[in-house]
Amino acid sequence: MEKKPFNDISYEAFLREEKLMGSKCRSCGELFVPPRPICVKCGASEMEWVEMKGVGKLSAFTCIAVGPPFMKQEGYTRDHPYCTGVIQLDEGPRVTARIEDVDTKKPEEIKVGAAMKVKYLHRGEGDRGATFLAFKPV
Amino acid sequence: MKRPRKLGRGVALVGVGMSKFGMFRDRDSKDLFAEAFRNMIASVDKGADPQDIDALYVGNFSNDFFIHQAHWGPIVSDLIGHVPKPATRTEGACASSALALREGIFAIASGFYDMVLVGGVEEMSKRSTEEVAEGLALATAPYEGRAAFTFPGVFGAVATAYFDRYGASREHLMNVTIKSHNNAALNPRAQIKATIRSMMESKRRRASEKGLPEPTWQDEKEFLRDQDANPVVAWPMHLFDCCPISDGASCALLVGEELARRFTDAPLYVVGMGQGSGSGFHAADDLTTFQATKYAAEEAYSMSGLKPEDVQFSEVHDCFSIAELIHMEDLGFFKPGQAYKAVEEGATRRDGSKPINTSGGLKCKGHPVGATGVAQLMEVWEQLRGEAGERQLPIKGLRIGAAHNLGGTGGTCTFTIFERR
Repeated sequence: MEKKPFNDISYEAFLREEKLMGSKCRSCGELFVPPRPICVKCGASEMEWVEMKGVGKLSAFTCIAVGPPFMKQEGYTRDHPYCTGVIQLDEGPRVTARIEDVDTKKPEEIKVGAAMKVKYLHRGEGDRGATFLAFKPV
Repeated sequence: MKRPRKLGRGVALVGVGMSKFGMFRDRDSKDLFAEAFRNMIASVDKGADPQDIDALYVGNFSNDFFIHQAHWGPIVSDLIGHVPKPATRTEGACASSALALREGIFAIASGFYDMVLVGGVEEMSKRSTEEVAEGLALATAPYEGRAAFTFPGVFGAVATAYFDRYGASREHLMNVTIKSHNNAALNPRAQIKATIRSMMESKRRRASEKGLPEPTWQDEKEFLRDQDANPVVAWPMHLFDCCPISDGASCALLVGEELARRFTDAPLYVVGMGQGSGSGFHAADDLTTFQATKYAAEEAYSMSGLKPEDVQFSEVHDCFSIAELIHMEDLGFFKPGQAYKAVEEGATRRDGSKPINTSGGLKCKGHPVGATGVAQLMEVWEQLRGEAGERQLPIKGLRIGAAHNLGGTGGTCTFTIFERR
């Protein structure tokens, strides 16, 4: 695991294994999710992989009625919106993620600050497969 | 920033032009740029010979995606007969032509050129709404795109964070929208040249003509609360919180300060300019502010020696209603969490203490993304020269106006301050 480069390919490969991973600066201890190859706090380049617990709070969200074609293919339409948002992880960093298991027809009932836990959305097969990071209410 | 910014040589704006903005089946990017160019040349009071243009910079975000054609520098150069002189495309998402403006200013300030054409163009409407959403989302931060954020979605999320933090609501955003439409109704160049009230009237009339029951909205807000009239796009962003899909082009002529009066007795001088960059949501400390705007403003204010209160009016990048609130706070016009109250009290109307988006803003003037940065100069130009007609600000000694442009989800922001002397 230590050999994986600190980039988005590794980040997404970990997601396929249902692991939410970040990089921690060996010099100053700052934590980054998704991982960064350079510490933007102290400038050091020595990083190590750290796994997140996968729990946090909803910082911001939206329920999208007009999505891009790839979401339309997943069945999301004006009458069936999807939710996506920003999660503040317990460990500190923020991530953008799809928000599942909420009533997107009643967005006024979704609350900023709500407790959330990770959920992995596996889409497609083999080389064409990808896993998307999502969260759902605890 | 170690020291205040300054230009090595002063730079003046001596002409500005725009094409019509709209959704055009029968018009293309070249045609639109040609119209903006002709209008720009016609705006130069004492005339300008296009043969004297030393270089051109043209902003374009994503015609690559929208119409499958890249490399717009030489295309525009060829169009206006500028070949073989240099032409450069700039890209900063929705701030693409503000970057063209900056490159043009630098090129003259360095002493390398004397006269530079800057502009922008975008041709978006030949794609479906979903494809436009996908194309624009190319400019989100990488992880935002993976999470299926669209642009209305990004600003919808910003709105939920702003509401939660400051206690604002959709009702406050409606004040922004109503004001934009009131201004646009007086702007002959606006893509949506109508007040909300006039749109309500025409919908009533159409219902009556079809023999359907007439809607009974009491006022603009009741209309905006109506889910049929104002459907959700990306909650809490509804149709009337969003700028339209637009095709269009813009163009401006810059010269060395000492040459300006050969072209006009009323040039505008660049007194402050700034640009910043920003991270995506995942790395932002605060979801209710854009750090790139704050940095751009700091550069522009320190260069000019001006304070936010000295800026008498400004165009700001209101791609969405919530964006106008955030930008006004980031630019220092209002304190954090106060902009929505100021709008409610009328401070940003034409007769208010800080008129904002007197053109109608991106919301109503239209937002062909790569053309917007330079198109914003049109309003600054007309207001400062007293040529804004029915929109003319009733301010004595109108002298300082500004334009703020945002690209992506706050990845590229600029702020430019102009003075009439």
